[in-house]
Amino acid sequence: MRALTWHGKNDVRVDSVDDPEILNPRDAIIKVTATAICGSDLHLYDGLIPTMKAGDILGHEFMGEVVEVGANSPLKKGARVVVPFTIACGSCYHCGKHQYSACDNGLPADNQDIAQTLYGQPMSGLFGYSHMTGGYSGGQAEYVRVPFSDVGPIVIPDGVEDEKVLFLSDILPTGWMAAENAQIEPGDIVAVWGCGPVGLFAVQSAFLMGADRVIAIDQFPHRLELAKKFGAEIINFEQSAVYEALMEMTGGIGPDAVIDAVGLEAHGLFVDNVLDAIKTTVFLGTDRAHSIRQAIIACRKGGRVSMPAVYGGFVDKFPLGAFMEKGLTLKTGQTHVQRYMPELLNSILAGTIDSTFLISHRMSLEDAPKGYKMFHDNQNEVTKVVLKPGSVPDSAIAAE
Amino acid sequence: MANVIEQRDDAPIVAARNKDTPRDAGDAVEEPSGGALAGWAVTISRPVAEIYAYWRDFKNLATFMDNVVSVSSLDSRRSHWVVKAPAGQNVEWDSVVTEDVENELIAWRSEADAQVPNSGRIEFRDAGARGTIVTAAILYDPPGGAVGKVIAKMFQREPAIQSRRDLRRFKQLMETGEIATAARTKAQREAERC
Ligand SMILES: NC(=O)c1ccc[n+]([C@@H]2O[C@H](COP(=O)([O-])OP(=O)(O)OC[C@H]3O[C@@H](n4cnc5c(N)ncnc54)[C@H](O)[C@@H]3O)[C@@H](O)[C@H]2O)c1
Ligand SMILES: [Zn+2]
Ligand SMILES: [Zn+2]
Repeated sequence: MRALTWHGKNDVRVDSVDDPEILNPRDAIIKVTATAICGSDLHLYDGLIPTMKAGDILGHEFMGEVVEVGANSPLKKGARVVVPFTIACGSCYHCGKHQYSACDNGLPADNQDIAQTLYGQPMSGLFGYSHMTGGYSGGQAEYVRVPFSDVGPIVIPDGVEDEKVLFLSDILPTGWMAAENAQIEPGDIVAVWGCGPVGLFAVQSAFLMGADRVIAIDQFPHRLELAKKFGAEIINFEQSAVYEALMEMTGGIGPDAVIDAVGLEAHGLFVDNVLDAIKTTVFLGTDRAHSIRQAIIACRKGGRVSMPAVYGGFVDKFPLGAFMEKGLTLKTGQTHVQRYMPELLNSILAGTIDSTFLISHRMSLEDAPKGYKMFHDNQNEVTKVVLKPGSVPDSAIAAE
Repeated sequence: MANVIEQRDDAPIVAARNKDTPRDAGDAVEEPSGGALAGWAVTISRPVAEIYAYWRDFKNLATFMDNVVSVSSLDSRRSHWVVKAPAGQNVEWDSVVTEDVENELIAWRSEADAQVPNSGRIEFRDAGARGTIVTAAILYDPPGGAVGKVIAKMFQREPAIQSRRDLRRFKQLMETGEIATAARTKAQREAERC
């Protein structure tokens, strides 16, 4: 099959590799019909995530058609499914509490040591995101082996286009859980740092959960415009001082809930030297951990902090004093995707959530390397790239 | 020695700061043979009877213990172990059950002439809605010299690591009915196992 593979910094290629096979009874093989490039994938592209190996297949946002099933998979051949980016077993202590991203059994036993050491306990597995998160082949490919296919994939009714449901795999549930973690009450003013896919879905979700006002913060005009479309007030941090603006806009109280959807922009588990590399080479002068500090300082006394943004290691100068003195609550975590998929699918079908507004570019799998480069070079306009393995590449069209 | 045990806190012996403690503490492993102690507790959300029964049928150990090629029963208490070593070699020994309480514990030790003297004890505790808490303590004595190198490699240097991984695989098998692999093809999975 053809697959987008990683070969090093800024070097991704579409290669021919062996097709996946059913290896365990609960597996299914999915023929991918749509898959997206995530902001987190750019960190693999930038070579910032350790434990990558040349030839690794990327991609954790994908959907497709079931073409093969193991003996214990309840899926039917031909069914269309969206696959969660978190690989969870459904039967351990954590899955029993619907905390799927904390699954005990998603990672192969040998891959659990790193997280066990860094975080105290191992996390669930992830598709296409380095060997620390399992080393599973990802979804930017023609076919994917999906473990625990009886727990993860959600079946999509016929007649619903791929693009409408594709983001159930990650960013929609992530934005939704971010708003849920903000424990929004009617009348609340909610501030959201970051208008990437996660922040924008958090803006939408916050309104649906009853927020009175949502204030969205970013630097990219196009992304802020999208937030405005959903009714948010916007702050461009290049034009205005964020804390001062928020205090004025909330009459000196501060937002009731704050959501950090910026972070270090990566799903993965970082180790310290990677954090350092990010600080010193990439985000020089912008200090990304700034968003969580700023959110805590701006948040009203007794307010709530929700942090969907991924942090992997240690953060300097965390304002623990402000956090304690103001009596804040912090909720965070990798998304328990499996928990939210059914209700969010219903919202999409009912038309209460707009799930396609983000998509700015569509291309074939063969053109994926071009997609990575575009996404990497122009964050303002390229909000989401969707790859369609079945479709004809641009190069072929041009050649005709 | 009784005093030493009386003064201890409620933490299990494998968490002791003083690594000599297990050799003194008779409650870790009866009649210990071997020096390095490796312990690990996992919660498995299955009934205790099921977990005990699977473990007590020693041939099953080869399904989740990475280095174990086979375990065959010689009689109700004795078993023959074949364990992988580098360069395609195997080491073998006979092992005898020294204690066996249904749904509670199994203890074993290698017979006197074993190349890798070892002993172990696994305990099963009903944890109600959480399932079963399984605690394992495995003691063995990696010898020095050339054989020692082979043995050290076999147990991946750090004895704790291998038994932790084995227990995780045991948990996966009991809870999910399979052992997680990130391989994409059968060939890749085979390569991982070697
Ligand atoms: N919890 C989860 O399971 C989960 C899942 C997916 C993504 N994430 C994480 O969520 C975060 C956002 O993801 P995304 O895909 O939307 O990323 P993104 O990179 O597309 O968006 C981040 C946005 O934040 C803006 N930004 C940067 N610094 C800022 C600052 N100081 N103040 C305000 N805005 C700032 C950027 O301009 C950008 O538009 C990342 O950390 C990502 O890894 C978490
Ligand atoms: Zn993603
Ligand atoms: Zn689980």
